[in-house]
Amino acid sequence: MLEKALLGGWKYWLWILGLLAVCLIGGLCYLWQFNVGLGITGLGRDVAWGFYIAQFTFLVGVAASAVMVVLPYYLHDYKEFGKITILGECLAVSAIIMCVSFILVDMGQPLRLMNIMLHPTPNSMIFWDVIALNGYLALNALIGYVTLSAERNGVPPPAWIKPIIILSIPWAVSIHTVTAFLYAGLAARPFWLTAVLAPRFLASAFASGPAILILLCMVIKRVSRFDAGSVAVGKLAVIATYAMVVNVFFVLMELFTAIYSGMPEHISHFQYLFAGLGGDATLVPWMRVSVALAVLALALLLNPGTRRREWTLSVACLAIFGSIWIDKGLGMVVTGFIPTPLGRVAKYWPTAPELMISLGVYAAGLLLLTAFYKIVLSVRGETAA
Amino acid sequence: MINRKEFLKAAGCAALAAVTGRWAAAAETASKAGRPQSAEEAARPRHERRPRASRQWGMAVDLRKCWKDEGCRDCIAACHQEHNVPDLGNPKEEVKWIWKEPFEHAFHGEGHDFEKAGLGDLPTPLLCNHCEKPACAKVCPTKATWRREEDGIVMMDWHRCIGCRYCIVACPYGSRSFNWRDPRPFIKKVRAEFPTRTRGVVEKCTFCEERLAQGKPPACVEACKAKALVFGDLSDEGSEVRKLLKSNFSLVRKPGLGTRPKVYYLAP
Repeated sequence: MLEKALLGGWKYWLWILGLLAVCLIGGLCYLWQFNVGLGITGLGRDVAWGFYIAQFTFLVGVAASAVMVVLPYYLHDYKEFGKITILGECLAVSAIIMCVSFILVDMGQPLRLMNIMLHPTPNSMIFWDVIALNGYLALNALIGYVTLSAERNGVPPPAWIKPIIILSIPWAVSIHTVTAFLYAGLAARPFWLTAVLAPRFLASAFASGPAILILLCMVIKRVSRFDAGSVAVGKLAVIATYAMVVNVFFVLMELFTAIYSGMPEHISHFQYLFAGLGGDATLVPWMRVSVALAVLALALLLNPGTRRREWTLSVACLAIFGSIWIDKGLGMVVTGFIPTPLGRVAKYWPTAPELMISLGVYAAGLLLLTAFYKIVLSVRGETAA
Repeated sequence: MINRKEFLKAAGCAALAAVTGRWAAAAETASKAGRPQSAEEAARPRHERRPRASRQWGMAVDLRKCWKDEGCRDCIAACHQEHNVPDLGNPKEEVKWIWKEPFEHAFHGEGHDFEKAGLGDLPTPLLCNHCEKPACAKVCPTKATWRREEDGIVMMDWHRCIGCRYCIVACPYGSRSFNWRDPRPFIKKVRAEFPTRTRGVVEKCTFCEERLAQGKPPACVEACKAKALVFGDLSDEGSEVRKLLKSNFSLVRKPGLGTRPKVYYLAP
């Protein structure tokens, strides 16, 4: 089945080669980092986690969001999602591989990574995250392979896969919950010390994931004969709408608690994010864009007319993606460190090699996703003529 | 005869017991690691074991004495020389085991509008607090940092650390440093008796456990001419540090977080 990813026209190969080039540049930058140390990034003693861990967090959400197609299809027998369920599972597999890669590039001693397995430590949330993520990867890879093989052979999927599919539903929730627990259990970091962090992660994931899936469906429709169908896309749009509303609601809850309680150590982080603190307004323009995009997305999605029209829906999905990427991929992690526990406004901005390594990881993920989708479409005989 | 339902119940209970039993056993071995136990002690039933005689190292920083010479850096120099701590000359990548921080940052959020003039600027020595409930050790995914039960020192294994920096994220005191690049070229004079570190691992103060093993006080304590750093066994009521704490007003950093620091500041 894998060989199907190797057959394609010149446009396909141009895309593949472009991604490979970005991977190569990222890989070279990583070699540099591997030899010199994480000092080539913008990270430092005060902001110890940054862009890498933020991308990891964002992508765990993308991976978890596959449950938004799996659940309706397998649990509620919602047939319209039949064609796109596998697309969601492939997206999950690619996203998890990107997550693991971002963890790997963030390690000071990547060659010692297996120490996590050699010295299992259940009191560390990293231990549970490793189990959750690898388990989810295995589940989705297995489910995707078995269901697609059955489809190729023109038979229904074997009965034994059904309980595994059902298991993948709570497992999807667990990966983002445990990822939130990495942050939400630290007394040292008031910004993350909030019970709504895990629910908020899930809400933002269930908005951004379906938004990405809608955009992917639109792209695939243009480059192949595959059509997800307007009903399925419309339902995804409704899911993204609800999730985005809940996400914005949770953010407002956080703001209320921080601002009304008036506790400086809770307010100061939000000040840094939205107004600037101690003369540092690095993230302020980004966060304002994030808010504007959230408002735009909600305006377009809550109005049934614009939600159903393809081009306005695509704008809404891009807006969701942008808004949540800025929030999780840029603001959420770094702001936990600013101000520092000693009350200093530390500075952080990713360096060029740090960004190139991150781009390399994204390119590798896209490469995988492209190959997966190519295989799926080839099996269904829906590739471009 | 038992019926199907009863059988399933019994089987379920047995499976659960097996699983929880294994967990309990694993947890017990983990908590015992690094804590030698006499054969006699181990032979007793669990509930009859006596609490082991153990120390709890701690330090009192007498700020009155320390602030007599605000420019003094003797403790820092002695510690950093003793432990091959590099001087990178770059605050972003700084490695430090003991350092000074203006009082308002050392005790961030504790000040008020009408406090003693100039108090906030006074340089206050900071180091690892060797917490009784160390957040760093709790989050470490490889047990590369842990609290040594017999003397309360929060230890660090530079050979096991994977450099994930979760401990730095979890520490509320900024007491941990990461080697953002190879530290060796930045060590002024390498002391052969103490290991140097490699890039990509975390390090911090260990209360000079290697000196304590030889019956010597920590290097910073020895170097302090003002005798502002008082080190001793907190579990011994007669120790100097306990006497000082009993007779003086003292502070610990961020007591509300429940970490129970073992470095105390005697307030002026």
